[in-house]
Amino acid sequence: MNSFDEMLTANDEVREPYARFYEWFREQDADALGEKAGEAEAFFRRTGITFNVYGQEEAAERLIPFDLVPRIMAKAEWDNLAEGIEQRVTALNAFLDDLYHDQEIIKAGIVPERLITGNEAFLEEMRGFRPPGGVYTHIIGTDIVRCGENEFYVLEDNARTPSGVSYMIENRETMMQMFPELFSQNRVRPVETYPHHLRRSLAAVAPPACEGTPTIAVLTPGIYNSAFFEHAFLADQMGVELIEGSDVAEIDGRIQMRTTEGYKPIDVIYRRVDDAFLDPKVFNPDSMLGIPGIMEVYKNGGITIANAPGTGISDDKAIYSYMPEIVEFYTGAKAKLQNVPTWRCAEDDSLKYVLDHLEELVVKEVHGSGGYGMLVGPTSTREEREIFAEKLKKRPTNYIAQPTLALSTVPILVDGGLAPRHVDLRPFVLVSDKVRIIPGGLTRVALKEGSLVVNSSQGGGTKDTWVLRD
Amino acid sequence: MALLGRTANGLFWMFRYIERAENTARLLDAGQRIALTNLSAEPDEWQSVLVSAGVEAAYAAKYQEYDPDTVVDFMLCDRDNPSSVRASLETARTNGRMVRTALSRELWEAVNESWLVIQRRLASPVTARELPAVIDLVKRQGALIRGTFQTTMLRNEIFDFCNLGAFIERADNTARILDVKYWLLLPEHSQVGSALDNFQWRSILRSVSAHRSYAWEYDGEYRAVNIIDFLMLNRRMPRSLAYCYTVIEESLKYLNRNYEVRHPCFETATEINQRLSDASVRQTIDGGLHEFIEAFIRDNNRLAQEIGQNYRFYPTA
Repeated sequence: MNSFDEMLTANDEVREPYARFYEWFREQDADALGEKAGEAEAFFRRTGITFNVYGQEEAAERLIPFDLVPRIMAKAEWDNLAEGIEQRVTALNAFLDDLYHDQEIIKAGIVPERLITGNEAFLEEMRGFRPPGGVYTHIIGTDIVRCGENEFYVLEDNARTPSGVSYMIENRETMMQMFPELFSQNRVRPVETYPHHLRRSLAAVAPPACEGTPTIAVLTPGIYNSAFFEHAFLADQMGVELIEGSDVAEIDGRIQMRTTEGYKPIDVIYRRVDDAFLDPKVFNPDSMLGIPGIMEVYKNGGITIANAPGTGISDDKAIYSYMPEIVEFYTGAKAKLQNVPTWRCAEDDSLKYVLDHLEELVVKEVHGSGGYGMLVGPTSTREEREIFAEKLKKRPTNYIAQPTLALSTVPILVDGGLAPRHVDLRPFVLVSDKVRIIPGGLTRVALKEGSLVVNSSQGGGTKDTWVLRD
Repeated sequence: MALLGRTANGLFWMFRYIERAENTARLLDAGQRIALTNLSAEPDEWQSVLVSAGVEAAYAAKYQEYDPDTVVDFMLCDRDNPSSVRASLETARTNGRMVRTALSRELWEAVNESWLVIQRRLASPVTARELPAVIDLVKRQGALIRGTFQTTMLRNEIFDFCNLGAFIERADNTARILDVKYWLLLPEHSQVGSALDNFQWRSILRSVSAHRSYAWEYDGEYRAVNIIDFLMLNRRMPRSLAYCYTVIEESLKYLNRNYEVRHPCFETATEINQRLSDASVRQTIDGGLHEFIEAFIRDNNRLAQEIGQNYRFYPTA
């Protein structure tokens, strides 16, 4: 497969954004760089930048491999992308507001009603309720892939509780510690301001009951959650409390946390607990992670929940294929960022096409994440395809299919120097009184030669991502 | 910024377990010294190490014999023994991870690194020959953690809860050592000057890392009254009961000032501290050393519980 390489042209010329880096790299000693890679790993291990792997007793905390070669974007490339992202997240919030109120988009015949009603990501409890500031999804991680010079596609919108932002910040920190000279040679826009922006964003949507400076807290499922490091990191960097469900109670119409001095009300909660576990009184009654009564307090204006419950309907894979129309419907302009062409298996013609072309397509489950419920056609065996075809025929509405994209490549450090590997990009976006986009994001890289799977749970690594000032 | 009750609890227990890991290592050090002297023919010495650590019942449930290698392994590596060096550090680190937003980055890294290094070392069995180096490693990592704690942490309530955990654990540990060996210190026992007793007393001092400072504070001779004074009442000795209570009372006083409220746990602490000030060695021996220590261990535990209640470590049902 012929992929676009972000550093080298087809004639092996170094592209402009990488010019200074490449010059620097050629002067480096290969062994010394290898040692630096080891240093980086020791640094991550010591600071405890790890993620938990479920169901493994020993060595339960893993490191996500970090590659030293930065991914570099020119100012113009990024500015275009940022514009498209801003348009998209604005549309997502308008879409959510509409779905939970008048549902104009259904009346207009753009999104079929069956995809909304009965979808478990759509929460009846949110109908008719408008969160403080009118914001539903405050923190978004838009997954983007690149297939050519000016060819960017949104792969997923991640409007629920996207993770990975701590890696973005720590990757930068690590690079700056190891290669400070690179940052004086290149004018790289900062990413470490993210927690500051996040705090401001959250404070700007305080609920009516808030008096004075809003008290903010991060709600984590606890130390055994795979992203616990990130929850602690964000609370720490923002200077706010990191709470678990057992730390808080509903008292006098507010959600209050148990401190050493008694109970204190929380105004804004950045929850990293899924909808289903958020309030055992309303959703899953067995949840030990949530806060009983929080939905009622929320609806009475006693607290702001970020992201709002029920935002999952907007990044549902069944909705995804309608995004270009959704963007146009709410912003009145053509979508600046493209969607990946998508076959909805629920439609007979599409299903037939998908079944006939399984070996070329990526088939995804509509409800599911982490890359487990999917079939990657080109790398699958005949047997895997046959099993998947049966699943498809049995429940076609459960699946969508997309062409296998020729993801762009960026070099990584290998024994013999540099070698291209496929990457994607997750920029982080904050929506509140205004839209704040941190320049860069998390670049995930498939470390195995030729592999297109960048998920950290399946052998992916990460890179520092640079957006140049000029 | 407010401090969560759960966080205060995590800080308190993190420091209890950091202290405990080191105490366990020190007890092993003392135990091994005695074993090496060959003066004591009885395997009792290893048993008393287990009793001092408060894990004898757990050991007896698993093994019949007090074989030195088994005891050492149980105290160092065994995950079934919550007070083993390995388990203690794991608990300390888990608590640290939970409360890491309350710790300086340096302190968290010191705790995390200590856990990584020691866990790796204890993953394979430790032979008798390697034991001194391992004990040394544990002590050195403990020193790293405490030093980082002292030099990087803000003097606020977080600092106070850490200190409370460390010194309540330390007081408990010193009291237990005394409790196991108190009979050696009784007048009716003292075959003063026998080689065995000298070693026993030396081992008591070694188990609290104080055999040299003892010589500075008193004359070089081991006398029961001086050892009792040193470990219980001497406020210059950093592991004595009285010293621990100086820090405990002081920490609670800071909390009073910080929160502008005086809790019952403060009264309990001042009362225990007062008892240590009023006591003289002679009186303590006459009134029953064993009884005095037993009461102390009980009251020290009660204080720990009261601190937890007064500062809302746990949700009340």
